[in-house]
Amino acid sequence: MRAVLSGDMPRSRVLALILAVILVALALAPFLFPGVRTVDTAARICVFVVLVASYDLMLGYGGIVSFAHTMFFGIGAYGIALASTHMGRGFDALIVGAGAGALVAAALALVIGLFSLRVRAIFFAMITLAVASAVAVLVSQLSGLTGGEDGLTFQTPRALSPAFRFGDSLLGVKLNGKLLVYYLVFVGALILFLLLLRVVNSPFGRVLQAIRENDFRAEAIGYRVVYYRVAATCLSASAAALAGSLYAIWLRYVGPDTVLSMEIMIDILLMVVIGGMGTMYGAVIGATLFVLAQNYLQALMGSASGLVEGVPVLPQLLSADRWLLWLGVLFVLSVYFFPTGVVGRLRQGR
Amino acid sequence: MTQAPDHAPKMARASLAHRVAPWLPLALVPVLAVLGLAAIPSLSSWLTLTISGLAMGMMIFIMASGLTLVFGLMDVINFGHGAFVSVGAFVGVTVLLMLGPMTGAPSLALNLAALLVAVIGAMLATGLMGWAFERAIVRPVYGHHLKQILVTMGGLIVAEQLIIVLWGPEEIYIARPEALKGAITFAGAALEKYRLVAVAVGLAVFLAMRLVLRRTRIGLIVRAGVQNGEMVQALGYRLRLVFVGVFMAGSALAGLGGVMWGLYQEVITAQMGNQAMILIFIVVIIGGLGSVEGCFIGALLVGLLQNYVAFLEPKAALISNIGLMVAILMWRPMGMIPVVKAK
Repeated sequence: MRAVLSGDMPRSRVLALILAVILVALALAPFLFPGVRTVDTAARICVFVVLVASYDLMLGYGGIVSFAHTMFFGIGAYGIALASTHMGRGFDALIVGAGAGALVAAALALVIGLFSLRVRAIFFAMITLAVASAVAVLVSQLSGLTGGEDGLTFQTPRALSPAFRFGDSLLGVKLNGKLLVYYLVFVGALILFLLLLRVVNSPFGRVLQAIRENDFRAEAIGYRVVYYRVAATCLSASAAALAGSLYAIWLRYVGPDTVLSMEIMIDILLMVVIGGMGTMYGAVIGATLFVLAQNYLQALMGSASGLVEGVPVLPQLLSADRWLLWLGVLFVLSVYFFPTGVVGRLRQGR
Repeated sequence: MTQAPDHAPKMARASLAHRVAPWLPLALVPVLAVLGLAAIPSLSSWLTLTISGLAMGMMIFIMASGLTLVFGLMDVINFGHGAFVSVGAFVGVTVLLMLGPMTGAPSLALNLAALLVAVIGAMLATGLMGWAFERAIVRPVYGHHLKQILVTMGGLIVAEQLIIVLWGPEEIYIARPEALKGAITFAGAALEKYRLVAVAVGLAVFLAMRLVLRRTRIGLIVRAGVQNGEMVQALGYRLRLVFVGVFMAGSALAGLGGVMWGLYQEVITAQMGNQAMILIFIVVIIGGLGSVEGCFIGALLVGLLQNYVAFLEPKAALISNIGLMVAILMWRPMGMIPVVKAK
């Protein structure tokens, strides 16, 4: 167990319990909660756990703020889409697409990182924001290649399509390709997450944390701060690209709104901060809470807004479309008062 | 025992290249304009594009100047600056809509008066909002860049959502005042009147800012604060108050820029500030964080380049700005006119 988690134990009974519940729930999601919508939610959680964990590698461990994480996510997703469109439906297309996506993302991160991190880390935040928006515009304009605003719908291998049956049913769940895709996403996400956990608990991760705490001192001890930061950025970018690939395989569709939009970037930020910066487990908690809230809290808010009908302004404040407002408030407050997020709280209160 | 060598200091004059270097960025704007002239076949379209590029640059400058000053003075990077642009635009447009009869009348004086009222309203609102923003959001996180970025981003989200709560989620279309519609023809080129107004306003703001910064006592304190804040405080000035003032002024300028930008595009949305932030960041980075002059030159470069490239190759317009930023950072990693030391 210790080796699987790279020696980074949850260090809190409650946290361990929550993580175990999430793991079991995700592992058995198609059997525990059969239903198109719930399984889709579970798959989203898997993908976002990896995406948020990779962002945390940069933000929580490296102390670098990036606004281009959805760009890397999108590169991975479009990698799968383009490879599947041009190479036909097959596992080779998936492998080529994911590999190429990860490589391109890492190369792009290398270029941006060398450019901006060399001067000041704060440049990185601004430059990534500019580059990411330029890429998003480019993707929607190059409609010949990327399908523009409409995105691309493509076919994954036959074994991963709902029409593929490999048995009758187990515990009332149809054994079809959709189930296989879910487990592909789940296992892929689990492996990526454990790899990221390995990275942050390696000597490399320690140096990153040292740089985050005091980069001047780390440089004085003899670590090339720029190299470490750039390396963290590249690693994080390729992990994000792989998460994007998983997401594309799950959806069998990519489009600017689903994988490249600024809203997703803000979602990621919220997940990292609410879960807890600088802990990989924070990514799990943050992503799970957020995706669940996104799917179910909005409905709740809608009914709450119906209750206060007639009162001025209040219905608008509580309407389901305004949930981002409350999350924004929560975000600001949690940066002030709980910079270590849910996980930090749980570990303190042990 | 050998004799110590004679002490013979040489007072070499700095080489020409050295003396010219600080002024080089100034030459970039005319150089770009000339390059544009070479690339664009017809003189009249070049003139049209140059004026619209200058107008766009001036508006970006108005929005960006506050950000760069705030950063230079207090080392605070405000990712929520775009919120002031949006709020300014919404308040300004609301005032303009209320003054419908004044903007609808075909009299230049009445139109400009309405515009002035709208601008003052917007600047008051965003100035006050800047004060609140500084108090509630920025103050607890001084000296902590990471938290600043996160918290101001959170502030931006909240402000954007509040705009939607107050004004509704739909974009608002707004017609320019009657006398500022249309274009005048000059040397065969159609020059939109509104753009000429924007250029004039931008120049006025820049000159006023320079005047305040170079000629007044408060400007002196601000510039000294950018150079070395601790020393200014040691001399007995309450830099905090100065900073709050600069923050409010910067927010008010962003509000002014928002009104101008909204009228330029003739449509306003809650997200417009965040979209403008992309150009603002590029401008602030290539100008050199903390430098008003650098910001001005950078804004003009971005505006001109964007218009020229959009004419020659429409799809490359946004990429061209990234290219410009890359080129400038290769040349001067700290921006064209670096002011703040790398911290």
